[in-house]
Amino acid sequence: MTKIENHTLSSLRDALKNKDLSSTEATQAYLSRIENASSLNSFITLTADKALDMAKASDAKLTKGEGGDLEGIPLGIKDLFCTKDVLTTAGSHILDGFKPGYESSVTSNLFNDGAVMLGKLNLDEFAMGSSNETSFYGPVISPWRRNGDTTKITPGGSSGGSASAVSAALCAGATATDTGGSIRQPAAFTGTVGIKPTYGRCSRWGTVAFASSLDQAGPITRTVRDGAIMLKSMAGYDPKDSTSINQAVPDYEAVLGQSVKGLKIGIPKEYRIDGMPAKIEDLWSKGIEWLKDAGCEIVDISLPLTKYALPVYYIVAPAEASSNLARYDGVKYGFRADGDLPIDELYEQTRAQGFGDEVKRRIMIGTYVLSAGYYDAYYLRAQKVRKKIFDEFHDAFKAVDLILTPSAPSAAFGLGEKSGDPVSMYLNDIFTVTANLAGLPGMSVPAGLDEQGLPLGLQLIARPLDEETMLKGGYVLEKAANFKARPEDWWI
Amino acid sequence: MSVDKKTAEKVARLARLAIPQDRLEPLADEINGILGWIEQLNEVDVDGVKAMASTVDMSLPLRDDKVADGPTGGGQPDNIVANAPQTEENFFVVPKVVD
Repeated sequence: MTKIENHTLSSLRDALKNKDLSSTEATQAYLSRIENASSLNSFITLTADKALDMAKASDAKLTKGEGGDLEGIPLGIKDLFCTKDVLTTAGSHILDGFKPGYESSVTSNLFNDGAVMLGKLNLDEFAMGSSNETSFYGPVISPWRRNGDTTKITPGGSSGGSASAVSAALCAGATATDTGGSIRQPAAFTGTVGIKPTYGRCSRWGTVAFASSLDQAGPITRTVRDGAIMLKSMAGYDPKDSTSINQAVPDYEAVLGQSVKGLKIGIPKEYRIDGMPAKIEDLWSKGIEWLKDAGCEIVDISLPLTKYALPVYYIVAPAEASSNLARYDGVKYGFRADGDLPIDELYEQTRAQGFGDEVKRRIMIGTYVLSAGYYDAYYLRAQKVRKKIFDEFHDAFKAVDLILTPSAPSAAFGLGEKSGDPVSMYLNDIFTVTANLAGLPGMSVPAGLDEQGLPLGLQLIARPLDEETMLKGGYVLEKAANFKARPEDWWI
Repeated sequence: MSVDKKTAEKVARLARLAIPQDRLEPLADEINGILGWIEQLNEVDVDGVKAMASTVDMSLPLRDDKVADGPTGGGQPDNIVANAPQTEENFFVVPKVVD
């Protein structure tokens, strides 16, 4: 029998359907791996009893040959998704003890399709970070290490728990969210596949809000096929989210293996940035060759506004965050500061003690750029530049079908190596943030290792709602890269 | 434009964040570092460009004006206050705000 760590989500699905193993066995196997991997700190809350109950219910269906697309498949859930009666923290002290009385639309969709929840995965506080170091529950450690070196490496962020858990085979797949790159950068850092669908594809309802015009849920998985399977279940129209797109969700798995012959692939010259490691440039060139070999036509394109994307993001995202996070006041849920304080001080102390430094920094910036006298100069200008970036992509997609870039400007770094300088941390998202600003689907596919043995990823960006073409291309890259490297189980 | 200690204090007040006096200056510096990097947006010509708030090209849908079923519906005060740090008979309890 295949060991659980050697299963992909799709092979596990087939094994469950064929009754080669039960969901209870698979769930127990993952739970025992999770227990042995506590040093990775990828889970905030383990829901072992719930998982086994769900697995039992799935087994009853599977025995009868029934069940949904994900029947019995154990998943990790990023702790940004509200889960009914299960602690939901967003990686923040300020949500201490918060047990939602409702289920997020994305997790509802997964559970309706039969998925089993193993637990809630660690993340940067309110998804604000690129290294998982801002979590109140401590940083997540990547299962990957540099060759001959025991330095603790970041799995990236903000979906660091999701990336670490999937890459260490602690679950069959994981939910994640991406506001500026938080699915694709951690996927690139951990040799996993991360898909951020079109804005509006997955409902935001019941997902703790960071920046509402950018937030989008998606899967982190070990293979492109796994990602296609999970995305199909997560996506779908939801009247409870006013920006949810009312269009049928295609069978993403069905397009895998279809020919990409004749597809035009755009290579944006602005993504060739100073100081990018040669190994990433090489890999990008290889990616171009792989797609060319599959019959794609390569087109050089220019996206001159690329360098303004991050500055736009660091106005728009904090502005929206400062507004979204105004709800945490020590009155309705979560943490409340001690002491017999007047109401204003109760708010100020609760928020000062409940939020971490990075979150406070972003609330301050957001409040500043939205305040009287600065709104036009910062916020309004940023929204106009965002429109120009949006238009630039839409123009580019008149001539090409997909855009190929590296996923991140470096391989994963060591814990603490970048946490002292906010701007250098923000630059991690330089290749991913544009897709958020323009609302486009993007995915990261593992493509190789750097000289130190750490994974690197390639990113594909597609037209709005054209996840199918993106997945076709991603599948070709995955096949050609033939990425088989796995981290050693040093943490057990 | 740059943020001084006094502005930082004002912004912290607007954001309802208690920031100790000795943290205001360093925080202002950090914010200035980030804003300085953002200033490059001034190079972009945005004349006549319409500000964009959403990438989804649609008007926001209206729902029927009636009480919804399920978690967004009414008639569930116990659920609404279930996570509150302090409650009394399904009310949120806050310090006295009017004398």
